[in-house]
Amino acid sequence: MLLPLVAIVARVDWAHFGSLITSESSRAAFWLSLKTSAASTALCVVFGVPMALVLARSDLPGLGALRSLVLLPLVLPPVVGGLALLYTFGRRGLLGSELDALGLQIAFTTVAVVLAQTFVALPFLVVSLEGSLRTAGQRYEVVAASLGAGPTTVFRRITLPLVLPGLLSGAVLSFARSLGEFGATITFAGSLQGRTRTLPLEIYLQRETDPDAAVALALVLVVVAVLVIGLARQTRSAL
Amino acid sequence: MWFDAAVTFRRTGAALAAATLLLSLAACGDDSDSGSDSGSGAGAGSDTTLTVYAAASLTQTFQAIGQEFEAAHDGVSVEFSFGGSSDLVAQLQQGAPADVFASADQANMDKLTADDLQADDPQPFATNTLEIATPPDNPAGISSFADLAGDGVKVVVCAPEVPCGAATVKAEEATGVTLSPVSEEQSVTDVLGKVTSGEADAGLVYVTDVEAAGDDVTGVPFPESADIVNTYPIVALKDSDHADLAQAFVDLVLSDQGQGILEEAGFAQP
Repeated sequence: MLLPLVAIVARVDWAHFGSLITSESSRAAFWLSLKTSAASTALCVVFGVPMALVLARSDLPGLGALRSLVLLPLVLPPVVGGLALLYTFGRRGLLGSELDALGLQIAFTTVAVVLAQTFVALPFLVVSLEGSLRTAGQRYEVVAASLGAGPTTVFRRITLPLVLPGLLSGAVLSFARSLGEFGATITFAGSLQGRTRTLPLEIYLQRETDPDAAVALALVLVVVAVLVIGLARQTRSAL
Repeated sequence: MWFDAAVTFRRTGAALAAATLLLSLAACGDDSDSGSDSGSGAGAGSDTTLTVYAAASLTQTFQAIGQEFEAAHDGVSVEFSFGGSSDLVAQLQQGAPADVFASADQANMDKLTADDLQADDPQPFATNTLEIATPPDNPAGISSFADLAGDGVKVVVCAPEVPCGAATVKAEEATGVTLSPVSEEQSVTDVLGKVTSGEADAGLVYVTDVEAAGDDVTGVPFPESADIVNTYPIVALKDSDHADLAQAFVDLVLSDQGQGILEEAGFAQP
């Protein structure tokens, strides 16, 4: 596990590290990656929380099939995910004409990047949260309800505090997954500086002309991912 | 408890090792006919494999040339690794075993010769020029290079860092038209993908790519492209274990037979 990381650190051109990672294109890619990953994580929470609640708490028929469906992006090659999004939201996709009528063209925009990242990261949040919900059980909720608390109060005062660590680690995993997404992004959103060229795409392109810059940026990506995971662990233990 | 686990672990490990061994043996057994069913030349008894690293845009032509080579050299099979020229050079610089390298541009061949990996001087064997590709129905009505800069036209190009993108920059200079593309892709394949799916109104690729895409795209030639010629060089590699065969393959590519195959695909002679 560690060896490839060590190999990257060993390859970094430290003498020019600063200038390599502060070039205009690197900075643009860095901020775009952070912004889109944050947006994707927010979307994952918005869509993922209800999904996890349904999977953990309901007794709908076909729940198993539903769970498999939610987990699909985990096992789907990202490029295939990108194609699926293209055939859905693209100009000639399933929703293309409807979106066109609304004046929305998604492909080649930052929105496409966020969609692609959300698509691949959503299962991480759902799986984490569903696990926490199942572990937490429903005893406290039942007691609270029997003492006269309304469903909203129960969710806010009982369910949420109980599963917050799970939600948090799910969100962190989603963020980290979004940060690293490459295949779906390049397939669905394309690659343009400042608009759709995220850090992984920038690294991929930099290899063409400047392998040193690619290695330096790769290290930045690793450091950001490690920082986010570390931060989340700290917050978790503080909860 | 821990003992049980260790035994299970060991058993699993042994099973895994055995499976890996079987798989690699099976893979070796398959080496003789390298996926492409040439129906002639290399059979199960072939004992020499020639490895050719070639730019992705040469995929179809080189496979055809490879089949000719196998037919002419009994007991030899040609294996290809197609990819972006810079990727291939990076792999060769890291010591990937190969006998021949064909690049999509001079710049990447220069990287290879800078590391002194060539057996001889690289030879130019084909040239390629740019052409506009649009979806079959040409929805934006593109008929000239200048049309690409029109309002609301979604153009996809190669990034300036890759060979086709460098040619695109030259085309902008030659025509005096500045494009504002919606995406700068990594390769002609990526550009074509955005065009054939109808996501883009137009893309800038090579003549040979338009040719190879058949009915999936419509080609729109533009006169200025004649001045922006991209030359493909080929060379046998110094570390090859089959120096004679490697040179023979290079010679075949340069021969009338090889040149005929390339011309059919839309490549021009250097």
